[in-house]
Amino acid sequence: MSVLVNKNSNIIVQGFTGKEGSFHAEQMIEYGTNVVGGVTPGKGGQVHLGKPVFNTVQEAVDKAKANTSIIFVPPAFAGDAIMEAAAAGVQVIICITEGIPVQDMVKVREYLKDKQVTLVGPNCPGVITPDEAKVGIMPGFVFKKGRIGVVSKSGTLTYEAADQIVKAGLGISTAIGIGGDPIVGTPTKEAVELLMNDPETDGIVMIGEIGGNYEALASEYVKSTGNKKPVVGFIAGQTAPKGRTMGHAGAIIGGKDDTAEAKMAIMASCGIHVVSSPAEIGSTMAKVLNK
Amino acid sequence: MNLHEYQGKQLLSKYGVAIQRGVVVENASEIDAALKQLREETNTEFAVVKAQIHAGGRGKGGGVKVGKNDAEIKEYAENILGMMLKTPQTPGGLDGEGKLVSKVLIAEDSYAPDFDACKEYYVSIMLDREKKRNVIIYSTEGGMNIEEVAEQTPHLVHKEHIHPHIGLQGFQARKIAFNLGLSGQAFKEMTKFINKLYAAFLGSDASLFEINPTIKTADDRIVAVDCKVSLDENALYRHKDLAEMRDTSEEDPTEVEAQSYGLNYVQLDGNVGCMVNGAGLAMATMDIIKLSGGSPANFLDVGGTADAARVEQAFRIIMRDKGVKAILINIFGGIVRCDRVAQGVVDAYKNIGNIDIPIIVRLQGTNADIAKKLIDESGLEVHSAIQLGEAAGLVENLIK
Repeated sequence: MSVLVNKNSNIIVQGFTGKEGSFHAEQMIEYGTNVVGGVTPGKGGQVHLGKPVFNTVQEAVDKAKANTSIIFVPPAFAGDAIMEAAAAGVQVIICITEGIPVQDMVKVREYLKDKQVTLVGPNCPGVITPDEAKVGIMPGFVFKKGRIGVVSKSGTLTYEAADQIVKAGLGISTAIGIGGDPIVGTPTKEAVELLMNDPETDGIVMIGEIGGNYEALASEYVKSTGNKKPVVGFIAGQTAPKGRTMGHAGAIIGGKDDTAEAKMAIMASCGIHVVSSPAEIGSTMAKVLNK
Repeated sequence: MNLHEYQGKQLLSKYGVAIQRGVVVENASEIDAALKQLREETNTEFAVVKAQIHAGGRGKGGGVKVGKNDAEIKEYAENILGMMLKTPQTPGGLDGEGKLVSKVLIAEDSYAPDFDACKEYYVSIMLDREKKRNVIIYSTEGGMNIEEVAEQTPHLVHKEHIHPHIGLQGFQARKIAFNLGLSGQAFKEMTKFINKLYAAFLGSDASLFEINPTIKTADDRIVAVDCKVSLDENALYRHKDLAEMRDTSEEDPTEVEAQSYGLNYVQLDGNVGCMVNGAGLAMATMDIIKLSGGSPANFLDVGGTADAARVEQAFRIIMRDKGVKAILINIFGGIVRCDRVAQGVVDAYKNIGNIDIPIIVRLQGTNADIAKKLIDESGLEVHSAIQLGEAAGLVENLIK
């Protein structure tokens, strides 16, 4: 058992032969991820990085039994790529692309509604189940195998958290980068829920940022499970000014519920172990688990 | 990206939304001609002079004035043009230094001929992040601060969510017009207004339309008197005409410059500058500066390729802020190798020359140990750390 991706996932790369797609596909294959091919319209029939290239996702599903896709398609075409994967019956779609127009994502989310598919991202570092599958752009070596799940809106902050968890003598079951856009496929609550129900995960690190209500919804969910597993939480942007977009399109304080302070208060009231310093994520998890 | 009121109105007008008409003036010598043109086009008697800056509450700072005759209109236009306008939303608020007004809009009196017969409404369109749909928010309480209306009289604020594939339906536009208490011709006009407004919102990939007030005139027309428009920057590639409306003079010049180097920078007013890869880690680094007793001077995401050229540009931008007493560089190397970033820091440091404030470099991840050695042996006044906690401690010691 693991969450979203594992050694049996049949993974294809959309935007396989592009610069980003090639670079990261190579890293994924080197990590040992089961990449079964890629899709670049018009380049079907070629072989790239030793794997078959298909013209359509449907072809990849039919011929290579693809069930998981990672997307490196440029922003103008990424919404289309997500829908193509969903239409072809891919079950897990991980979209790395940053900068997709938000109205495109509004349409895509609606399109996915009645389909049996999980979208992670866009604008995310991907998902990694250590020693099994790296479906993303994260540095694999940081994520040592263990029993702590990580859910985060941010890329480098996910690596930071994983590194601290490993240095605290623990390890990672699955880390899910949900993405920093205003609309993402798997919000914090849904990602936390996957880990809460994963028998190979003993504790969860939940990293959020200013803007939106994902962390509040996730906190209420954690409470509703009777705090079945310990959750350590951090919110980036305690010092962020109001009304400014802080790098991620979704990281902006509009109303008072968007602030780090408000989110941390809700998280604490739901029994989450909130750390105010990002340097204490790993040590706090170790402490909480040893109680 | 924000538009000025007059630009927003140009956009609305393109979609057939009725707007308060006006003429933009950039310097005093153009006022007479603008007023003449306005009178010819609109038959207006009075005129409203409105400062064009990217901030709300302009009326509170004296940036919106109604002139009853040529002399008055001219006087207001001359006074507002070039003033430092302070509003609750300009930096520092009403006690701050304000924002320079370099354009004014001289607009018709949309309330004529019968001010008392006009009624003001509030209409806005935005994305509801929670429901993942666009929402039209509207109220009979026009001309007011909608946040206060929502707090004090929540039953007067209505919301209508729009289906992403089916779009705004006739019954929804009618519901809005009914809820605003309209009937007869005004009712019909409002449904048309809402339809056109929504088409403009989608057609421009906007992230916010706020039309406050929207008015019903004595002769039952519906008119957008003010408008606030923000556009989705990620969609500007398909709206070249709108992208050209960007007024960089409204933005912090350092932020504009940083953007041209591919750096994501937000100016703050603290004493510790920072340079980080990744937006989340950058915010977390600002937080750790605060927890260590300092205060962040900026947000700066150098992105995925923190090479020497970029590090140098980032250094120069941060150091331009004289309030900066120390700089914390926090890079988590993944795909980008720490030793390359370290070399970038050393090269940039040498290129710039006399850096007289302490630099703390925390490099973690790929080749972190090689990077630390490189920095430690460079002979530069640079403090290195590997753990985030260590870096925090260094910040604390150095700014004491």
